Amino acid sequence: MALKETLHNLKEKYKGQKMAPAFNAIHTFLYAPNETTHGGTHIKGADDLKRTMNTVIMALVPCLIFGIFNAGYQHNIAIGEGVAAAGDFFSTAFWNWDNLVFGAWKVLPLVAVSYIVGLTVEFIFAVIKGHEVEEGYLVTGMLVPLIVPVDIPLWMLSVAVVFGVVIGKEVFGGTGMNILNPALTIRAFLFFAYPTWMSGDKVWVAGAQERASQIASGLELDSISGETILGTLAQNKTVSYDLWDMFLGFIPGSVGETSTILILIGGLFLVFTKIGSWRIMLSAVIGALVMGMMFNGVVDAGWIDSSSKFYSLMSTPFWVHLIIGGLAFGIVYMATDPVTASQTNRGKWIYGFLIGFISVLIRVFNPAYPEGVFLAILLMNVFAPTIDHYVIQANIKRRMNRLKVKNA
Amino acid sequence: MGLLSKKDSKLIFDPLADNNPITIQVLGICSALAITAQLKPSIVMALSVIFVLGMGNVVISLMRNIIPSKIRIIVQLIVVATLVIIVDLVLKAFAYELSKELSVFIGLIITNCIIMGRFEAFALGNGPWRSFLDGVGNALGYGIILIIVGFFRELLGSGTLFGFKVLGDSVEKTGLYALGYENNGFMVLPPMALIVVGIIIWVQRSRNKELIEEL
Repeated sequence: MALKETLHNLKEKYKGQKMAPAFNAIHTFLYAPNETTHGGTHIKGADDLKRTMNTVIMALVPCLIFGIFNAGYQHNIAIGEGVAAAGDFFSTAFWNWDNLVFGAWKVLPLVAVSYIVGLTVEFIFAVIKGHEVEEGYLVTGMLVPLIVPVDIPLWMLSVAVVFGVVIGKEVFGGTGMNILNPALTIRAFLFFAYPTWMSGDKVWVAGAQERASQIASGLELDSISGETILGTLAQNKTVSYDLWDMFLGFIPGSVGETSTILILIGGLFLVFTKIGSWRIMLSAVIGALVMGMMFNGVVDAGWIDSSSKFYSLMSTPFWVHLIIGGLAFGIVYMATDPVTASQTNRGKWIYGFLIGFISVLIRVFNPAYPEGVFLAILLMNVFAPTIDHYVIQANIKRRMNRLKVKNA
Repeated sequence: MGLLSKKDSKLIFDPLADNNPITIQVLGICSALAITAQLKPSIVMALSVIFVLGMGNVVISLMRNIIPSKIRIIVQLIVVATLVIIVDLVLKAFAYELSKELSVFIGLIITNCIIMGRFEAFALGNGPWRSFLDGVGNALGYGIILIIVGFFRELLGSGTLFGFKVLGDSVEKTGLYALGYENNGFMVLPPMALIVVGIIIWVQRSRNKELIEEL
């Protein structure tokens, strides 16, 4: 209680001054303000921006916890520490704490850096512009550590976060005005700026880079190689994980996107709380399946054979695309971002469908970008206003026609 | 200023900042994105445009009373093309490597909208000396932005300036690279040039509020 009063007093003290937004933000971040509105009656919905953001964060928590576990699990498997195989749920070796502790050691700094850097930028901009600090970064800050490889150097993450928040969001006017999803802008920046840290077989398992440099310096060690499934398929190699591993998430990948089942649960939670659009999620899944089926059809028709470099990815059963790579994560948490997605209901169907469709297309045809989801979503972010425009125009036209028929 | 009257010096210095062809008029963006990955080609490009625009403005200005207005665009194009071919041949003769690096973009100076823009807007209505100053001024304004963009893109993208490894050796891991620093590959790609130009525009407008258009 005392803290609340202190914060309130600080806020009152700095009211009207340059630093006011910062103190106001700290106060409202921790507590509900204890002043009421004056004059006139207000009805205020409980689902304000902050609550919306918090709901998404709650939906992300399972992915984060599993991401922490998986980071440690993949590392321990790779270095051959006594860990039971993924299917062996009841073995004590599987549930040892080493996985979580090691994972936390690796992942929590990513979360901390993402939030500290991002919120600092937000605070600076709020003070410069003299408006209240916006809540938009709460979700972005949680998404960012989940969509990067676990070994990404922290300074790279900081640079990318500054870029993503400033160029992706603040220059357009802050939360709610951005064209591109800031978290994906950050990922895209990392991908193009530091490609060696964002793809290949040395970044997805913690410690692989370090191990590689130790070997290079002459130590006699087994190298760690953790190729993602998409990376393996893109090189026409056979995948060593079974479907349950992929569905449950015991595979190498970006921190939070491996476990399809937890993403599914988070997605259902978002749909149930009406925060995420089920239209986008459903249509994106349909889009991915349709594209996958078309590729399967090409293979079945015998138009390409196993000598083609696209064979492995094309012959992957169409529904498997949903459980490998970041497609599920992207569909549930990124494509549904209410700011950058289409606003109209019909637009959401088109928008979602194209995201799924293009993601699988990029996956299969561009071996340089085994994961096309973030590019597909960013592309559709750009087109979302156009889609909305035509949906609205079509609606206006339809209703004008109806009016004409009525009057005639 | 002894050499230049106040009105004349305005011709040179206005385009450097408050009426910059790139950041204010948003002309000549294409080449600004294409050749600024390194500092050297940026500077060569800037010098080439200074030559072409300065000379071109003088030539057009001298001919302004005898060019029939119906075919003036063709005449202007011929003048630019001639000057650009001179630049191209000089580069090929004396700096072959560089001309290969700049490849088609020297030829594309012909299509640089700043040049036709200055011919149309200035040289057709003013005397040769003032046209010369205007041309050089605008080309300098263009060149300055190119050099700023090229500086940041080469420094952050390749860790070098004029090819000198100012940040240390990225392969041998010396200097900054020993600390884990890495070059930003995005800086080398043209989209980043667009963003750098955007940031320059942003900085310029927040320093000089008069430049902000009213909505």
